[in-house]
Amino acid sequence: MSIAVAAESASGQKIAAEPPSRKRRSTSGKAAVTGWAMLAPAGILMLVFLIVPIILTLSLAFTDARLISPTPAKFIGLNNFTRLFGSNVFWHSLQNTIVFALVIVPVQSACALGLAVLVNAKVRGTNFFRTVYFLPVVTSMVVVSMLWLFMYQQDGLINALLAKIGIAGPDWLGDPNTALFAIILMSAWQAMGFHMVIWLSGLQTISADLYEAASLDGANGWQQFAHVTWPGLKQTRTFILITITIAAFSLFTQINVMTQGGPLDSTSTLVFLAVRTGFQQQQTGYASAMSLVFFVLVLAVSLVQRYLTRDKDLQR
Amino acid sequence: MSTTLSHVATTDAPELHIAGERKKPWLPALVMLLRIVLCLVFGLPLVFLIVNSFKPDSAIFGDLGSINAFLPIGQLSLDNYAGVFERVPFATFLLNSALISIVTVVFGLIVNSMAAFALSRMQFKGQKIVLGVILATLIVPFETMALPLLWWVNQLPYFDGSVGWLDTYEVQIIPFIANAFSIYLFYQYFDSIPKELDEAAKVDGAGWFRIYRSIVMPLSGPAIATVAILTFLPAWNSYLWPLMVTQSEAIRPAMVGMDYFKQMTGAGGTAWGQIMAYASMITVPVLALFIAFQRAFINSIASSGVKG
Repeated sequence: MSIAVAAESASGQKIAAEPPSRKRRSTSGKAAVTGWAMLAPAGILMLVFLIVPIILTLSLAFTDARLISPTPAKFIGLNNFTRLFGSNVFWHSLQNTIVFALVIVPVQSACALGLAVLVNAKVRGTNFFRTVYFLPVVTSMVVVSMLWLFMYQQDGLINALLAKIGIAGPDWLGDPNTALFAIILMSAWQAMGFHMVIWLSGLQTISADLYEAASLDGANGWQQFAHVTWPGLKQTRTFILITITIAAFSLFTQINVMTQGGPLDSTSTLVFLAVRTGFQQQQTGYASAMSLVFFVLVLAVSLVQRYLTRDKDLQR
Repeated sequence: MSTTLSHVATTDAPELHIAGERKKPWLPALVMLLRIVLCLVFGLPLVFLIVNSFKPDSAIFGDLGSINAFLPIGQLSLDNYAGVFERVPFATFLLNSALISIVTVVFGLIVNSMAAFALSRMQFKGQKIVLGVILATLIVPFETMALPLLWWVNQLPYFDGSVGWLDTYEVQIIPFIANAFSIYLFYQYFDSIPKELDEAAKVDGAGWFRIYRSIVMPLSGPAIATVAILTFLPAWNSYLWPLMVTQSEAIRPAMVGMDYFKQMTGAGGTAWGQIMAYASMITVPVLALFIAFQRAFINSIASSGVKG
């Protein structure tokens, strides 16, 4: 509360220093004081813990800052980036991150839409199914990773089940060829229910009359989906693609719990690498350069989103 | 399961919108079969987790190839649970998680709703710019700035006059109180409450803060529930940040504690039964909360989708 009071007096002085508007709009001047005061707690916190770190990401990337260091950080130009772009682990991590996103975005969003369509009906038991599909979403990723770590073992649950039908399963997480795929599968399993709910809320916005009209016109199930459902989900679609993509770029927990980036860097990701560099090796400057690359990726995705949304507005 | 997700599907849509069902009478049965198979896909791993937390490691591996892996039969005991408490101060970890999540939620609700109120219902100079900046930060995932933030909190003066916030409760709570998305959700909701109420209250001599506290907030139950849930889940599940900022057991939350626990059991073969007991104890409370407040959970997720 003391922060709020301090901010109130500070902004109060600011308002008082504007003589022209003060006399005529004394009520709105008072509103401004209260307004800034109510904004201040969140504003100060966001400034310190969001805006400043964003600026730091942009600036520390060009320094040799270390997490714990007696000497202040020095400006070293593009050195971090030359070092980064010359690093094999970085390119592997970038590639893994992009592969993860490219695979999981279509797979997870399509499967989640399938789930949503499956449970978007007034049938007995639908609510039960929805609840079950949603359970992994409320389970923490650490728990999910730990559980699947067990299931994916060479002698774990999945291979035991595969053995029942005569398939000798691989060492899922121990083989560079299957490790990333195994993590993709698990991640899709965990988050699918989340996007199912978002697709469902999109499906609800499509009027039942449209389906009725389509079926009177003799449209079959697939035609109804293609000409009524799909166009009606345009906005939901953009949102889902963006959220899955950004979440995919942020991949960390699964990697840290399950593989530590291995085997042979086959599951290392940008965030995992940045944490290893900036936290374990304490090279904040170098890690900030990685964060900046990550930031540029996210920004690019958001620009694509903006482009897609604008496209939609034009059509309306 | 008396509280259901039924409100999500309130359209009178025909089953699957698949026409021609008269020609293919087997289709509904096939769809139902698919639903049941998917139910097993999503539900069984969690059943497996909880069931096996009561079994000794030998039985866990012994049952793997059979249906018994998913059934609570054999020598069931609480030994794994006892083992967790022997190895690590689990109760402390759990209480830390609860404390951090609840404090973050409570302060988050107050701070973010106040900011949203000022942005939505009042009019003052600079308001538009502030709103624009807040919305612009929505696209920045926490992971992009986690490392610079780590460096930053290590430089910040702490409350007792020393420097650096590492290894405290504060560093796990304070950076996550103000949240652009929470502000945005409140902002949207406040905009839907008629502004005439404010005018009427002003005539009666109420100030802005009183309008916020006595009129707008009491009408904002759904937004409060949404923000509370969307703040609680990430706080409870938080992993990357506490991994970097906690060192001592006294302030360690349960998710990071689980990783730590697994490493401790590492010598002489991982104690999977105990790990599953640990995992069950941090999962079941949240699953129980979810089943009890299903409607609110689903609504909050669904309303997070309006962002696009």
